[in-house]
Amino acid sequence: MGKYVLNKVLIAIATIFVLATATFFLMKLIPGDPFASLKTKAAVQEKQREYYGLDQPVTVQYFRYMGNLLRGDLGWSLKKAGRSVVDIIREAFPVSAVLGLTSLFFSVLIGLLFGILCAQFRNRWPDYLLMLVAVLGIALPSMVLGPLMRYFFGVQLKWLPVVGWGTVDKMIMPAIVLGLGTVAGETRAMRASMLGVMTQDYITTARAKGLNSAQVILRHEVKNSLVPIVTGLGPGIAGIMMGSFVVESMFLIPGLGRYFVDSITNLDYPLIMGLTIFYGAFLVTMNLLVDVVYGLLDPRIRESGKKGGK
Amino acid sequence: MAEKILDVKNLVVTFDTYQGSVQAVRDVSFHVNKRETVGIVGESGCGKSVTIRTVMGLNPKSNGSVKGGQAFFEGRDVLRLSEKEIRDILGNRMSMIFQDPFTFLNPTMQVGKQITEVYLRHHKVSRKEAEEKALSILRLISLPNPEQNMKRYPHQLSGGMRQRVMIAMALICEPAVLFADEPTTALDVTIQAQIIDLMNSLKEKTDTSIVLITHDMGVVAKMVDRLYVMYAGKIVEQGDADAMFHRPRHPYTWGLLDSVPRLDERTKEELHSIPGMPPDLIAPPEGCPFAARCRYAMKICQRQMPDAIPLEEEGHAAACWLCHPEYVKQYGVTRREGKENGQ
Repeated sequence: MGKYVLNKVLIAIATIFVLATATFFLMKLIPGDPFASLKTKAAVQEKQREYYGLDQPVTVQYFRYMGNLLRGDLGWSLKKAGRSVVDIIREAFPVSAVLGLTSLFFSVLIGLLFGILCAQFRNRWPDYLLMLVAVLGIALPSMVLGPLMRYFFGVQLKWLPVVGWGTVDKMIMPAIVLGLGTVAGETRAMRASMLGVMTQDYITTARAKGLNSAQVILRHEVKNSLVPIVTGLGPGIAGIMMGSFVVESMFLIPGLGRYFVDSITNLDYPLIMGLTIFYGAFLVTMNLLVDVVYGLLDPRIRESGKKGGK
Repeated sequence: MAEKILDVKNLVVTFDTYQGSVQAVRDVSFHVNKRETVGIVGESGCGKSVTIRTVMGLNPKSNGSVKGGQAFFEGRDVLRLSEKEIRDILGNRMSMIFQDPFTFLNPTMQVGKQITEVYLRHHKVSRKEAEEKALSILRLISLPNPEQNMKRYPHQLSGGMRQRVMIAMALICEPAVLFADEPTTALDVTIQAQIIDLMNSLKEKTDTSIVLITHDMGVVAKMVDRLYVMYAGKIVEQGDADAMFHRPRHPYTWGLLDSVPRLDERTKEELHSIPGMPPDLIAPPEGCPFAARCRYAMKICQRQMPDAIPLEEEGHAAACWLCHPEYVKQYGVTRREGKENGQ
């Protein structure tokens, strides 16, 4: 297992290197200049460019950036004066991560439960009802659902605060808006996976042992159904923890989501690079984790992993 | 008279499909005595597996339905038990070995757990005691290194070992009846022989009656005391193994016996097969279902199928007009061609 993980880690590092390089040059292709402004004099702008090294050729900038990256230095934001990229991530990421994980935890749980119910009541009304919810969850964009929920639960019923961050009640609505797509996706995936497992021969064996439906589902069907579900979870976790621009803007949450969009419109080069590399590293780590969990669920994969590592 | 442990009477099972109702089992009666091994033989789709799965209540509820009949097991009609009651019997008093040990074992559960699971379901014992019991049963069926193999997953075992695990699972509660649905079909020939030997030795060591379902007369010959031959949802001939192998009377039974390839007979012929196809069970023929493939078929065979006609030997009967007393009086007994002396 050790060699297998090491192998995966080396591949991960290579992936991040490629990602950083591609992003750097693509970013430099965006037309415009971070310091171009009508309010500052040309000489001042020149000075700013010189200070941040933007007057150097692109290749020089690239090697300088990569050298700094190796030392763990992601640089300083061009627009948020006096703030390093690491500072920004350190401050905003926990907010997005807490919201994302909470949302993900409940939505995966609910999604799996819905999927199990759908499969058990296949083509009867509980199945149709839950699948309708799932389709709505995929079809409704958060910019529609969010305002609607804020209006009903915040303004009309006054059950929950309309915006803000810091207390549990403020998290409920954004978590729901953020997680509805996941609920829908997991419901559909779990339903399909479970329907496949339910017709397997070993389920007949389980029933022939005299087990009741609950025992057959919990001991034999669920674990086997989870194997393909786990695969999709890795990128899902990374994506949801990085924050959502729409949800965070709508509920005024000081998370990472808005920086992804803002940094590009502002041409804040170090921040673009920092966020991309951070996201990439996180995604790769999650996928690595999923590989390990996968092996825990299915002993056949555990074995082939061992062989692959040798 | 021997005690009947399972007595199935006039079982009728149909499945509703989009094309119509498939009459899978049409008025089947059979019984199993205590400590007896009974074979049910027939080609694919003749209804032998459906019969057994109906008795065990394992057919899908959505489209399969028992249209008639009774199945008395230890004094109760299992077709009329509640789901809870039948679950208390399954795996406990009545258990099953399935055809394919590659697909009928849960791939993500250690085989030891799959074995103890049955025992824990039906006995109030600790996990430890269940494991002891599983070990003793694995030793009985001579699985090598039972302690280590209990912790393995199915894919880490060979086909023969997996089938032994299936057998252990079926036997751990010491059932009154063990159904074996094509237990050797998925295995290669040397392993087949081992499994057959194993099941034969288990007959000596336990009180379990065995019902062997197969299409292979060769497998049956090595194991059974009595034999039922099934065709198109009906039992066409039944009797003691000796009578059935040496003095069979139904042309379909002859066909099955001729289809067993033999190493000791040098023939230039190709492997024997019964010409034609079994009838469509959505609209089964009015007369004998085998008439279309039978070279002895007469006019009456097309119109009507006779009930089982008792023959000289006790328990031997065949549903064929060739065995009717009137026919025999006029034309004599028709025997399997070239095998008059039982050879």
